[in-house]
Amino acid sequence: MTQNGAKSKNIAPNKHTDRPIGQLFKPSKPYVLYGLSMMAYPLLTQCQSFFKTHNLKGDRRFLAQSQIQSIKTSDRTLNRLDKNEKENYQQGTTMKSIKQFTQLSALALSVSFGTAAMAADDTIKVGVLHSLSGTMAISETTLKDTVLMMVEEQNKKGGLLGKKLEAVVVDPASNWPLFAEKGRELLSKEKVDVIFGCWTSVSRKSVLPVVEELNGLMFYPVQYEGEESSKNVFYTGAAPNQQAIPAVDYLMSEEGGNVERFVLAGTDYVYPRTTNKILEAYLKAKGVAEKDIMINYTPFGHSDWQTIVSDIKKFGAEGKKTAVISTINGDANVPFYKELGNQGISAEDVPVIAFSVGEEELSGIDTGPLVGHLAAWNYFQSAESDTNEAFIDQWQDYVKNEERVTNDPMEATYIGFQMWAKAVEIAGSEDVDSVRDAMYGITVPNLTGGTAVMNTNHHLTKPVLIGEIQDDGQFEIVWQTKKGVIGDAWTDHLDTSAKVVADWTAPINCGNYNIETNVCSGQNYE
Amino acid sequence: MNRLIPFIALLMSLMLSAFSHASALESQFEHLKSKKASEKAAAIHAIASTGEPQAEVILNQMLEGKLYYVKRSGEFVYIEKGEDKKYTAYSALSNDTVGTFKKRELKKIRVNNRIRGQIRTAMATLQLNSNDSDLRLKAVRNLRDALDANILPTLKSNLETEENSKVASALEVTIAAIEFAYGDLDLQLKSAHVLADSDDPKILVLFRKALEKTAKPSELSSAIEKSIEAIESRQKMYGIAENLFFGLSAGSVLLLSAIGLAITFGVMGVINMAHGEMMMIGAYTTFGIQALFPNFIDYSLFLAIPAAFLVSGAVGILIERTVIRHLYGRPLETLLATFGISLILQQAVRTFVSPQNQSVENPSWMSGSLEITESFGLTFNRLYIILFSLIVFFALMALLKKSLFGLQMRAVTQNRAMANSMGIRSNWVDALTFGLGSGVAGIAGVALSQISNVGPNLGQTHIIDSFMVVVFGGVGNLWGTLVAAMGLGIVNKLIEPWAGAVLAKIIVLVFIILFIQRRPRGLFALKGRAVEG
Repeated sequence: MTQNGAKSKNIAPNKHTDRPIGQLFKPSKPYVLYGLSMMAYPLLTQCQSFFKTHNLKGDRRFLAQSQIQSIKTSDRTLNRLDKNEKENYQQGTTMKSIKQFTQLSALALSVSFGTAAMAADDTIKVGVLHSLSGTMAISETTLKDTVLMMVEEQNKKGGLLGKKLEAVVVDPASNWPLFAEKGRELLSKEKVDVIFGCWTSVSRKSVLPVVEELNGLMFYPVQYEGEESSKNVFYTGAAPNQQAIPAVDYLMSEEGGNVERFVLAGTDYVYPRTTNKILEAYLKAKGVAEKDIMINYTPFGHSDWQTIVSDIKKFGAEGKKTAVISTINGDANVPFYKELGNQGISAEDVPVIAFSVGEEELSGIDTGPLVGHLAAWNYFQSAESDTNEAFIDQWQDYVKNEERVTNDPMEATYIGFQMWAKAVEIAGSEDVDSVRDAMYGITVPNLTGGTAVMNTNHHLTKPVLIGEIQDDGQFEIVWQTKKGVIGDAWTDHLDTSAKVVADWTAPINCGNYNIETNVCSGQNYE
Repeated sequence: MNRLIPFIALLMSLMLSAFSHASALESQFEHLKSKKASEKAAAIHAIASTGEPQAEVILNQMLEGKLYYVKRSGEFVYIEKGEDKKYTAYSALSNDTVGTFKKRELKKIRVNNRIRGQIRTAMATLQLNSNDSDLRLKAVRNLRDALDANILPTLKSNLETEENSKVASALEVTIAAIEFAYGDLDLQLKSAHVLADSDDPKILVLFRKALEKTAKPSELSSAIEKSIEAIESRQKMYGIAENLFFGLSAGSVLLLSAIGLAITFGVMGVINMAHGEMMMIGAYTTFGIQALFPNFIDYSLFLAIPAAFLVSGAVGILIERTVIRHLYGRPLETLLATFGISLILQQAVRTFVSPQNQSVENPSWMSGSLEITESFGLTFNRLYIILFSLIVFFALMALLKKSLFGLQMRAVTQNRAMANSMGIRSNWVDALTFGLGSGVAGIAGVALSQISNVGPNLGQTHIIDSFMVVVFGGVGNLWGTLVAAMGLGIVNKLIEPWAGAVLAKIIVLVFIILFIQRRPRGLFALKGRAVEG
């Protein structure tokens, strides 16, 4: 200490430290610049996300609109038809000319990239592209652990095709451009045969061009806004028609309380904006008036919900039964529900149905005041089935924590992994193109007691469940669809998307095929 | 013997009546098992109308989702969670212990929101005569959901004996609402006038619906319109008061997170990017205290405040001694170094605690809201945080202005050489000042743990706001920080209702940037010779 004293005496009078109180911070230009840059940062990110949200959809719409002619085709969802009908349909209509072309191009693709992605060793490499640091770490680390657990289990069974599986974990650190970089690293440097990864839509959009360029294979396990189907990605989470639409149907039913007014509350980014656009169109088609729909967006991590909750309270007190459809993301939910409780809004008055709140999110809060609020998913930990019990036990053993919960994206990861493993065995090779061909129509038992099927639009057939929050942080299933629902890549409820289908088998072989103009607009989502 | 006969008869009739009541309840149990919502609803109504004290117990347990039946015997029970995933079951008819069961052996009587609402309405009649005045108040208000003319005599007789003024006025409103709905014109006119004083949004709905049905213009329609106007003008006033309260509360959060920074950045001139992480440490300390004393959640905050101050303060002193003291006078390096420290602290929490958010409970006295009228309440957690932020602010002010340490601190920052020669150990004062700023940030973390998430990112979400407030308020001026925090909070909340949360934030930021362009020294710039220094 004396040394320090001496030192500071030696350098005194310090130009900086001998300024009087309050004036150490000399308000000269560079300081002001720091201040400004610090303030400008959130502004920039806000603007960025704002423009992204609008441009993303805008460009695609422009493309689609430029192609839409006034041809009307009555039958549109090809993948909805059963196999016989589909073949008839396909032979009977105008696709013969493009058939040859697409087959040729598929051939060309497989020739140019097919061999490049093959791993030379006697291991099969499984890439894991989930954020382990940054904002999304809270959700994504769980999925990384799930993949590692599945890999470990598969290796215990002797691996695949006599080869051991090897997991390659990278950390894109919740930084969207880094997803593309890390994706490239996985595919070209590590030469992985499959990637399990991404959570947010923007991270998926970031890595998508890389996966397509290098002909990788990716499984995306999170519910999302749809309006996309890539040849190289399998979407094992829910599309809007597997989560949002059934949820609205439930609310409008007698059992769900005959709801007549809707608050669409979401975080301000791609998924809520697109989902709400679809929902708004759907509600209007169902006869809900414009004044009975209130739409509200908040920034990521929003914590001051006072005004919004008070608005919801007023909106709900006008005599008609009201519900909130929440696409609020991540941990912003905790203060939202807390505020609802504090302002005295109970689930009986205004139920909240959430698309992003699962068991994992609830494990961070006291769920006492939330009992009765709802969530729509394809899986709940409380689902009663033997496979589910085994899965929960396996998970809790793996993480050595009896209290850890399971959730829907974990089930999606589980289904994706099982399907991939099965497809590799059927194809007899881990080569991307053979595995992809083997994926179509593949079935694995899901955790809720049914069977998940992979469709040719790269989306799953899964049941939709509605659960009610209980005071132990679990959900009680109050409603579920009788059969599995086929994931629809392009929604039927937006005019521009209603004409578009995805089918990655011949003769369409396209992720966004316009059935009115018979044009495949190419893989241009942005 | 003769004398005994009536006695036995009485006894038997008593037993019989008890039995018949029990069976009246029991006969409804089968219907509760039904999957049809309408059958369940009828059963709930029938149970409530038996008027049995046990009916209330059954409905209450059902409301809480604890009513089950034993699969094998079909007996209705309510359960308490015991040890080893086993449940103790009590008979729904007699409250006697039936035994312990595994969850698999029991079947739940499912309730959803709709049924819960029906149970609450059914229970309202039972609870009208409850001894608990809060329950009575709730029951009287719940009766407004489904206005029932049959209950009017009961309500009127209750009104005569009611002693609690709040319940009495609620009774008056409910009676008036029923009379308005079912009475003749005179009664309707009279009750429309009475109801104009009510703030229950249900009354407004009732009025609007009635207005649609009444012929216009008529005596009744103008009476209704007048009442609606009265209610709406009151609500407008509450709306303004509410927005102000929201603004103050947003401002108090800004103030808490900025006040520590006002010392480290404003007084010492250190650009401390790790300031947010000091708050995070404070919040995690709260979590730690709650984990250590899980049975004293209600008192945990009183222990957490000094603990968070000490922990964050100690970390602050450590950072100052190891890193920052080497960088005095080099703001760019300080900025980078402290930014690095903030990343290290965040990742340390992710690695050693958990990347997941931690659950910090609200003490019971911080939940709920202070009801001012039926449509306007102040939430307790926000109310306490406003008070707390002001207490912290004035305590800090007093410390700087009145204590020896404050004097030394001001002396060192004004003229280090002179302070040294007066016998003040300036490097100690530096360390303690930085520790003080960090400690105050820790206290802010305790408050933040009550309203937002406790996770590794807690600091990041507040650091920008903190700098914004300090720069806007005028660096080095505590009063400026107070005014800037409250001002920004209120402006933000006044814009939010029509612009939305995202746009409101952007507007405020643009405003501040423009303001700083005009007045680079902030709202309360120090004037005079000191400025030239």
